[in-house]
Amino acid sequence: MIQTPESEKEMSTAAQPSSLANVANAKPARTRPTQAIGTGLEARGIHAWFGTNHVLADISLEFAAGSVTALIGPSGCGKSTFIRTLNRMHEFIPGAAMAGEVLLDGKDVYATGIDVTKIRLQVGMVFQKPNPFPSMTIGENVLSGLKLAQIKVANKDELLESCLVRAGLWNEVKDRLGAHGGSLSGGQQQRLCIARALAVSPEVLLMDEPCSALDPGSTLRIEETIRELSDSMTIIIVTHNMQQAARVSDYTAFFLSDGGPGEMIEVARTSEIFSQPKDQRTENYVTGRFG
Amino acid sequence: MTTTATPSKPWAKSNRDRARDFSFIIFAIAFSYAFVGVTEMKGKLAYAFIFFAAYAVLVSVFGFLTRGAPAAKDAFVKTLVALGSILTLIPIASIVMTVIRNGAPGLKLNIFTQDMSMAAPTDPLTNGGLLHAITGTLTLVALALVISVPIGILTALYLTEVKGRFSGPIRFLVQAMSGVPSIVAGLFILSAVLYPITKNYSALMGSLALSILMIPTVARASEEVLLLIPDDLREAGTALGGTQWRTVAMIVVPAARSGLLTATILGIARIAGETAPLLLVSGGGDKVNPNPFSGSVGSLPYYIWKSFNAGTPESLTRAWAGLLVLMILILILFSAARALSARKVSK
Repeated sequence: MIQTPESEKEMSTAAQPSSLANVANAKPARTRPTQAIGTGLEARGIHAWFGTNHVLADISLEFAAGSVTALIGPSGCGKSTFIRTLNRMHEFIPGAAMAGEVLLDGKDVYATGIDVTKIRLQVGMVFQKPNPFPSMTIGENVLSGLKLAQIKVANKDELLESCLVRAGLWNEVKDRLGAHGGSLSGGQQQRLCIARALAVSPEVLLMDEPCSALDPGSTLRIEETIRELSDSMTIIIVTHNMQQAARVSDYTAFFLSDGGPGEMIEVARTSEIFSQPKDQRTENYVTGRFG
Repeated sequence: MTTTATPSKPWAKSNRDRARDFSFIIFAIAFSYAFVGVTEMKGKLAYAFIFFAAYAVLVSVFGFLTRGAPAAKDAFVKTLVALGSILTLIPIASIVMTVIRNGAPGLKLNIFTQDMSMAAPTDPLTNGGLLHAITGTLTLVALALVISVPIGILTALYLTEVKGRFSGPIRFLVQAMSGVPSIVAGLFILSAVLYPITKNYSALMGSLALSILMIPTVARASEEVLLLIPDDLREAGTALGGTQWRTVAMIVVPAARSGLLTATILGIARIAGETAPLLLVSGGGDKVNPNPFSGSVGSLPYYIWKSFNAGTPESLTRAWAGLLVLMILILILFSAARALSARKVSK
């Protein structure tokens, strides 16, 4: 007889608010104090535009150091745009504009005179699609951030190993660090991208739907990685998978756009969002009545 | 319980299918002979045309009878496609065959060791050679490469990475430049550089003229390659704390390496056989010229042109031999570049 894997069982019971709350509560409690550097990230009154199109209105959110925050909401509500304003990747899109402040350790990352490349070293990012650099080997990919930002480290091999271990990929690739990044499976490539982001030791890690292109097994593997990493850094993850939000996050913020700019409807502890949301729209979304 | 399975290809043609296809061809050939025999249409062209028409009708009718109208259309279009590819190959094959047939008698060992400084084009073939033309062409191509590839690739990077305010006008200019007649490039260098400044023929002048033709080719081909590099990679690079320049140099250009090499090959192909600008600015000497910056320099196209003009059987053979050597040289350059790019990709 074929056994249903754990992950599929959970998928089949999606849209049950009580089960999501159970999932959210089933996470092991945090007993150790956080090792995260810095004092976290704070977004104040963030607006974003593409041309004249107002896509994000007045988002204020605090991300405590060492916490995992999930951003959920239907497609097109501005979640990805929001996290891209946090590490100043938003400005790469032609016609983009923004308003508001993003405070990293109390300093506005948009202040004049700030070195934007330094900001991106402190606020790392993992993208939706795995994107290892095709011209580099696995090892070179992990260390590429150091070369790009021209950072010197004493022991490259040690850093390489520790990044791959933390990203949960070391055992699978330790014998073929010289192979091409493209030779890995999709899930392994995404963990390689996480290892690459870790190599420059960011304080905050932004993840833009990191598991949307992956199978359930790889997804669970990456979720474990996120829980482990949250001991040492602040993580903000955009996800369409509410199971995932319930499994990995400490806090959850619900975004929604009713045709106009995306707004943040509610933010609370993840267990509260999934068990007793304050807003009717949040409840409708997390119980699967729309979206 | 295990069953052993032997690999098979159920979709492959059976011998009966093959015999049938072969009989169609035989029948079409027979029909074309018969048709040419009884009607007024004569000549090779008539055979070929009637053969294809007969074959197309045969396979279409067979397709219609066995599988209906869509299959008939499919068979008919397949025949047209085959006809198209053969029509493309005929001139190429014909050119290669003609050059080899006419050039082979002129391929003597001495043409690779001697130049024409002590010989006239009308001399017997054992006297003189085209060493000066080979070295001249290589010098011209090498200098043009050194000038054009960096400028062409930097232009493409400006258009795709910097996307500055002048991208539109520059893209337009590059496209317009790729249509410039080659003689204009030669005249431009002649009047803008050679007469007022150097006042002397040289390989450098020839390379400058060739660069005017090569830069747009390299720039356009490179731009197309760079546009194919996904934006994900650029974003990943900047998100890791790289400046735009370091992201381009470390990630975008290496990812596009083989394509950029292809762009370079296209550039070489554009200029290697170019004659008109060299007539004006290279001087076309008959002696090996080791100094690329001064003095007239020969080149294979120039040598071919000059030998054809002499008009005797010996000089015509020389010209054909020069053509053959030029084609082989270009083939070697292409193969070398291909091999180089293939090895770097599979590292």
